[in-house]
Amino acid sequence: MSAPVQQDPRGAARTGRASRSEPRDAVDVEAWRGVRAEGAEDIDQTGSVFLRHRSWALLRDLVRPHHRALWILLVVVVLANGARLAPPYLVQQGIDVGIPALVDDDAVGPLVTTMALMLGAVLVQAAGNMAFIRGSGRVGQQVLLEIRRRTYRHFQKLDVAFHDRYTSGRAVSRLTSDVDAIAEMVQSGFSGLTTAVLTMVGVGVLMLTLDWQLGLVCLASFPVLMLLVRWFSRRTAVTYRSVREASAAVIVQIVETMTGIRAVQAYRREDRNNDIFARLADRYREANVTAFRLVAIFMPGVKLVGNITIGVVLLYGGWRVLHGEMTVGVLTAFLLYLRLFFEPMQEISQFYNTFQSATSALEKLSGVLEEKPKVAPPQRPTPLPKASGHIRFDRVEFGYVADRPVLPGLDLDIPAGQTVALVGTTGAGKTTIAKLMARFYDPTSGTVSLDGVPLPELSDDELRRAVVMVTQENFMFDGTVADNIRFGRPDATDEEVRAAAQAVGADTFIDTFPDGYDTDVAKRGGRLSAGQRQLIAFARAFLADPAVLILDEATSSLDIPSERLVQQALQTILASRTAVIIAHRLSTVEIADRVLVLEHGQVLEDGSPAELTSTQGGRYAALHEAWIESLA
Amino acid sequence: MPAASTVIASPPPTSSAPDPQRPLIAPAPARKRDTTSLWRLRTYLYPYGARYLIMAVASVVGIGFSLLIPLLTQQVIDGPISRSDQRGLLVLGVFAVGVGIAEAVVLFLRRWIVSRANNGSERLIRTDLYTKLQSLPMSFHGRWQSGQLLSRMMTDLSIIRRFLGFGMIFLVVNVLQITVVLVLLLNLYWPLGLVVLASIVPVAWLCLTNEKKLTRLSRKIQDEQGDVASSVEEGIHGLRVIKSFGRFAHLYQGFAARTGVLYETSMDRVRVLSRFITFLEVIPTCTMILVLGFGAMATANGQLTLGTLVAFIQLLLSLIWPVAALGFLLAMTQEAMTAADRIAEVLDTENVLVDGHGEIDQPRGHLRFEGVGFRFGDADTDTLHGIDLDIAPGETLAVVGGTGSGKTTLTALVPRLVDVTAGRITLDGVDIRDLRLRHLRTLVATAFEDPTLFSMSARENLTLGRADATDAEIEEAIEVAQAHFVHDLPWGLDTRIGEQGMSLSGGQRQRLALARAVLVRPRVLVLDDTLSALDIHTEALVEEALKRVLHDVTGIVVAHRASTVMLADRVAVLSGGTVVATGTHTELLRTSREYRELMSAEFDLEAESDELRDHGPGGADRRARAEVAR
Repeated sequence: MSAPVQQDPRGAARTGRASRSEPRDAVDVEAWRGVRAEGAEDIDQTGSVFLRHRSWALLRDLVRPHHRALWILLVVVVLANGARLAPPYLVQQGIDVGIPALVDDDAVGPLVTTMALMLGAVLVQAAGNMAFIRGSGRVGQQVLLEIRRRTYRHFQKLDVAFHDRYTSGRAVSRLTSDVDAIAEMVQSGFSGLTTAVLTMVGVGVLMLTLDWQLGLVCLASFPVLMLLVRWFSRRTAVTYRSVREASAAVIVQIVETMTGIRAVQAYRREDRNNDIFARLADRYREANVTAFRLVAIFMPGVKLVGNITIGVVLLYGGWRVLHGEMTVGVLTAFLLYLRLFFEPMQEISQFYNTFQSATSALEKLSGVLEEKPKVAPPQRPTPLPKASGHIRFDRVEFGYVADRPVLPGLDLDIPAGQTVALVGTTGAGKTTIAKLMARFYDPTSGTVSLDGVPLPELSDDELRRAVVMVTQENFMFDGTVADNIRFGRPDATDEEVRAAAQAVGADTFIDTFPDGYDTDVAKRGGRLSAGQRQLIAFARAFLADPAVLILDEATSSLDIPSERLVQQALQTILASRTAVIIAHRLSTVEIADRVLVLEHGQVLEDGSPAELTSTQGGRYAALHEAWIESLA
Repeated sequence: MPAASTVIASPPPTSSAPDPQRPLIAPAPARKRDTTSLWRLRTYLYPYGARYLIMAVASVVGIGFSLLIPLLTQQVIDGPISRSDQRGLLVLGVFAVGVGIAEAVVLFLRRWIVSRANNGSERLIRTDLYTKLQSLPMSFHGRWQSGQLLSRMMTDLSIIRRFLGFGMIFLVVNVLQITVVLVLLLNLYWPLGLVVLASIVPVAWLCLTNEKKLTRLSRKIQDEQGDVASSVEEGIHGLRVIKSFGRFAHLYQGFAARTGVLYETSMDRVRVLSRFITFLEVIPTCTMILVLGFGAMATANGQLTLGTLVAFIQLLLSLIWPVAALGFLLAMTQEAMTAADRIAEVLDTENVLVDGHGEIDQPRGHLRFEGVGFRFGDADTDTLHGIDLDIAPGETLAVVGGTGSGKTTLTALVPRLVDVTAGRITLDGVDIRDLRLRHLRTLVATAFEDPTLFSMSARENLTLGRADATDAEIEEAIEVAQAHFVHDLPWGLDTRIGEQGMSLSGGQRQRLALARAVLVRPRVLVLDDTLSALDIHTEALVEEALKRVLHDVTGIVVAHRASTVMLADRVAVLSGGTVVATGTHTELLRTSREYRELMSAEFDLEAESDELRDHGPGGADRRARAEVAR
């Protein structure tokens, strides 16, 4: 494989220059961290308009199944809010009509009517509100569920090349923190914001109808509020970003210190870490203080506008009442309406941040969902019910980067049942050949075929049943040891699982665990050694029983006794199938029927180990010689 | 043998770390209550005492102002309006505007001033936690996952911060406000006051129960989000394995199930919330209907002025928030108490690894294991037992052994990453537990098999153990470890590597870890299978250079391969937690069957025994070559 050092020339030019102009020994927060290529966060950056369009398209698509529900909800929410706005008006009626009727005519009627209307309004409001919160909650949660599942499925569908580029960290944060950001919006603000906006509009209209002069005076505060909201949202966008960055830096420092505590303590890093952490914590604090202070200006600002408006209403409204141009009831209604008018402002301001992080999360997610898998399963697969394991490479060309071919045109024929070892220097293309065989990538040109069927024409299920690759990356899934072995064939019985463990010699250490096969690897995980994990991975592959087994450096983390054990097992495991082995240690290579010595993606030597060992001046012979010496 | 090294007492610590004598949190009282941990955090408020005091005062004053406005309304309606007093209206109106402005100003002051205090306290606790965690030994970190510690340092602390800046004060202030308003209402017109009082009870009850439910559901949602997240991590990190076996459907089942559970809980929360929010709006409106009805009649009867009625309704509405928030505040307090417990738990952890006081004046690197044993805290059996080893200054000892034989544990004992549980280890005759940890760890450097690289520049990673290393020294270490590739990184040594930077291959990481250890220039260099990921050519080059380095220092080399063993003067075979044989490579090949099994990958029990019996030509030939190779 190519050295995993990638370079982003754009980033290099930009950041590199900046860093070199600074004195190196100025140990500020950034200098010790070193320079890093600015990873383009979004994969396809064709401009922000496009991004937004992409997100909208995704949103429309997600909401489509809920169209009818949304229309009903719209009606419900308008109704509920209409009812919500009624009480202050009815209070006015009570004061202006009900009380005079009582005083003048001793008639209880108008007052009772008002009270009954209020009760009716409350019931409508209650029912409507409840229905709306539930309904919108359900739609929101269902959309969220769909986002989660769709993105997860999509990531699994995307090819390995995409994941190599995208990195697991980013993929995980798309599916966790980004989805959670959307979840938070759905959870906290969605219904509240709708209510808030509807209330503000409704209150504005009602105030104008009740008394347009006083209504206009009240609405004069609106532009001021809007200015305040605009200022606040713009400033918080910047500030919250710096809060997030500062908090991310603090988190990275904590996690790295705790996971690397052994190195920290062994190398007496504590003091310097304390200095660095103090600085990061300071930066986080300052960012937070700035954010808090924006709220400290905004909230009292809204309060100020609200209170002044109330004062002015008292003054001007009182003056109008005094001159008989308005009633006390209307004045009261105004005071009550103003409360309804200003309350949602706090909600809107709090919602803004959730909204912002949710939209940016949505843009990133839509970016991922837009990616097309480059290694796609066929529309109409060619059936291959029982693969025999005959692999052919036909003029296969491949490169990870354009202009740098790793395989410049490989022809290779591996008959069914043969065990082939690949030998060669770093970058010779051994792992690439393995990955092409497992169809992690598709060749740039030429074909890789199994039993005469090109791999792209096989269904994923059949391909995976036939070809299994075991690498050094011996990932353990949550669950027990048995679960992890059973991953190779989910329907295997306990006996089969045990037999697989025995076949690769994993049973010896598993039996030493108090819980045996039921040992939880997550809890035990820290103490499962690399070799033990590797043996479990082997058992897994053995259980899967593929026609073609690829072992990419799969034995390198085993100690020699375990490796020998595995080698013995391999003799039997490999006997009945095609196998491709990549190994550093020639002891593993020696069990192969055929050895291919590779360099620059080309086969230099091809023959049985015995033949190659006896070839005078051959590369393999030289390697063999060196190996024998190292053993002595 | 030269005279034993002198041990000098170390000077008082001059590190920049916070004074370890400063109490982190107030001492725990004899009797523990739910609030104990929270109360113990008070020490972190002291530096900002004045600011917290201003916050309290401003909150109370703010309430006063907010109550004045409805009362002014009452005065306006009953006074100037009913008496047609324009001047009076102007005076009261302007006064109301003034009060309104004052309320906003006080609110501003409170928030502005407390923002620094609040974040300051949080920052103090956070850095103390970090310092504490760094000082705790490996045994502690083995028990705790970094994720748990992270959630204490971020989530729990932000809960505490919110409590300190908000919950704490409003819990008191809201109760105060409710009391004052109720007294006012009862004073204005007591029958209606009683109606309001009666309606507060269901609201308060509703809030308490619902907040409890909501907090429980929120916590459940958080847990379930965590479950979904671990499914996600599994799916992404294990992606290549999943693809390789074609097990997507299998994995997706688990993920879909977990998201389904999360959906159900979220819907539960929506349902509780829908009831809660609705009743929270409905009950006050119902109260208002009653107040309006009875109030209107009372007004008609002349028992109540119009202004009082209006003020009454306004005051009634001003009660909604304080009452509703009560449930939320209590839930917040509950959360803060739990968070404080979790923080106190870390801060109270006693460090079992006690620092020594001695320093070796002229260290030579004479390392002795005397009857050393080790057992993990939760284990029933010893991982290591009865180990006696004497490694002379400048000597290199290879440690070989099968998987799980305790090699790595053995190496961790030397720099006291873990402490022996039996026997002792001495360096130049001094028990290493009597040495200052910092000092011991300058004398001993370890290159770990799984090298930890931090997300910082390659230079910073290299100089981890010696920040003052010169460029020439760095270059030398890079040479020894054959880590020249660092110069080819986009920004050379300034390139950020690790998780958040450039990713490096296993071999590259190991070489950096080796260079890091060499750069410390220790008296004892421990290599824990540091070369396992290197290819044969690089390994040969590194070994060549290492030989020079190991010539001058005492070395412990954990090895799997024969080639690595060649670095050592002597080999110790570790099996079943103890040393079963020591000797030179050649000796051991001859005398120790266990060693031969470990070392010769080709070993065939039957053939080998035949060979031993017959002294057959193949065996002799191979041994002869072995001699040559030495």
